[in-house]
Amino acid sequence: MELGRTAAMSTLDFSTTIGNTWFPAPTFTASGCASSGRELAQFFPLREMGGVVTKSVMSKARPGRPTPRMAETPSGMLNSIGLQGPGIDAFIAKDIPYLVEQKARVIVSIAGETVEEYSTLARKLRAVSGISAIEVNISCPNVENRGLVFACDPEASRRVIDGVRRTIGGELPIIAKLSPDVTDLVSIARGVVDAGADGLALINTVLGMVINIDTMRPQLGGKTGGLSGPAIRPIAVRAVYQVHAALPKVPILGMGGVSTGRDALEMILAGASGVSIGTANFGNPTAIMSIQSELKQLLIDRGFTSLKQAVGFAHRTDEVDQT
Amino acid sequence: MSQINRSAKQLIAPVVSNKKVGQYHQIIVNVGDLAESCKPGNFVAINVGGDSSRMILRRAFAISRVSSSTTFGGTMELIVAPGGQGSRWLCAQGEGAMLDIVAPLGTAFGIPTEPVPVLLVGGGYGSAPLFGLAEVLNSRGCRVDMILGASTAAKIYAPMEGKRAVNSMRIFTEDGSMGQQGRVTDPIPELIKDLDLAVIYSCGPMPMLSAITAITNQFEVIHQCAVEESMACGIGVCMTCVIPVKDDAGDISMLRSCIDGPVMDGSKVQWNLVGQQL
Repeated sequence: MELGRTAAMSTLDFSTTIGNTWFPAPTFTASGCASSGRELAQFFPLREMGGVVTKSVMSKARPGRPTPRMAETPSGMLNSIGLQGPGIDAFIAKDIPYLVEQKARVIVSIAGETVEEYSTLARKLRAVSGISAIEVNISCPNVENRGLVFACDPEASRRVIDGVRRTIGGELPIIAKLSPDVTDLVSIARGVVDAGADGLALINTVLGMVINIDTMRPQLGGKTGGLSGPAIRPIAVRAVYQVHAALPKVPILGMGGVSTGRDALEMILAGASGVSIGTANFGNPTAIMSIQSELKQLLIDRGFTSLKQAVGFAHRTDEVDQT
Repeated sequence: MSQINRSAKQLIAPVVSNKKVGQYHQIIVNVGDLAESCKPGNFVAINVGGDSSRMILRRAFAISRVSSSTTFGGTMELIVAPGGQGSRWLCAQGEGAMLDIVAPLGTAFGIPTEPVPVLLVGGGYGSAPLFGLAEVLNSRGCRVDMILGASTAAKIYAPMEGKRAVNSMRIFTEDGSMGQQGRVTDPIPELIKDLDLAVIYSCGPMPMLSAITAITNQFEVIHQCAVEESMACGIGVCMTCVIPVKDDAGDISMLRSCIDGPVMDGSKVQWNLVGQQL
């Protein structure tokens, strides 16, 4: 590939594809970090980003975990929400029409307690128009197997994706969201891809805990929580890199502490076809817009004419001198 | 629903002044026209620690008062206790420092359409937003009385000019170091009867708000309180700051204190369920 500084004048193809779906930009919200998009619409038009990944929705309405639900940690935070949500029927009735009206591209994230619940959710979404893809959040306790998290169990992960694939048919891309809290992430990724996942979302939060030294008890109502933010970014980059090396053709949505265009580029170079922005939205409601424009400029500065050229660029074996 | 955060803007705003008032800091920020859309009860979310900070979340502060006709253009007043790392950083920002703010956020105190007698109850520096509220209520012809309380005198926030808009101000401290010894809730039942109160507005620690609701539930008086819960985003996306609230149909749901609050109807908040699994 010819790389040169003159490319600054050229136009950049910023688009990406996941499965058979095209997105004009590689920037997404991370599920659970933008609710259903409405709250961010005051700060920028939702259609200007690649897509909104909605908060993981379950079959029934859920109140979630007791408060306190969050604790700030160095360059990160713990959250313990417990998938509070309106349930799939209210979500389909109220939230999807709003996003479609905003001309946002919608990736619906689903979560379940049983393999069957995931399939039921997929069945309900099959008939809904305006959805670009389905994210299957398998970082949930499996009530049929002693509460073992699906994503930590290769066989359960595979069965969930297989069930969703069979229900949804071949049309809608399926993105499996994986947990980094496993010994062999690549084998889990391989399993869900074999079961029919078109793409992977890496990584979910990392399980953590904060103990309040005044009460001398766990700080969060749910005791443990998911660690997110820049603190986990190197874990996410490593996960994306390893999985891309093993499965170079599978599109990855990279996430975990992405807060700047530089962080987004790092994910792309590691092998992500798109980036999701999560915790950064909490500290900065316009984070996605600035990450998007910074990423564009960084790609142009490095001589790329398309985002796709940069995907996995850190894996190259040739001796391209970029100075 | 599409009107969530409808007046909120993100802007870089300079600090006009930062004065120490007792244990607190009074920080005035130049926010230009944004001052006009801020109402008593609203809050501001401020980035803390600068660009290289390991503090990634904004800090939420009640907007204690706004002014749209100063020599600096519109300004916003914050009363900050330098408690945590983030608020200590904010209290160290002098004149000219630039703050990344998002405001106004959250619900505002409801203002009665009729000039009715009201009581304002503040705990600690929770009293700060009540002075701006008192001015609005006073301008609507309401009789405004105020009770402030804290554990000790140094934690009472009661600026001299704050007394202009109120008919009376009583102070209670638990150690008796200022005003009367006792708690703000002590005189409330009597005041409801004597002053024929229509509304009690409160701001302060959650146990105080809960105790006031226990009283107002026995009378025909509305209790508007500004609640407090650990909050990550301030704009409704993170779902951390939820409070159990009963709706008109009797269903209890976890509402976000950032967009469905901070001002809530005290009689609807399920105080006994705060911090519990529903």
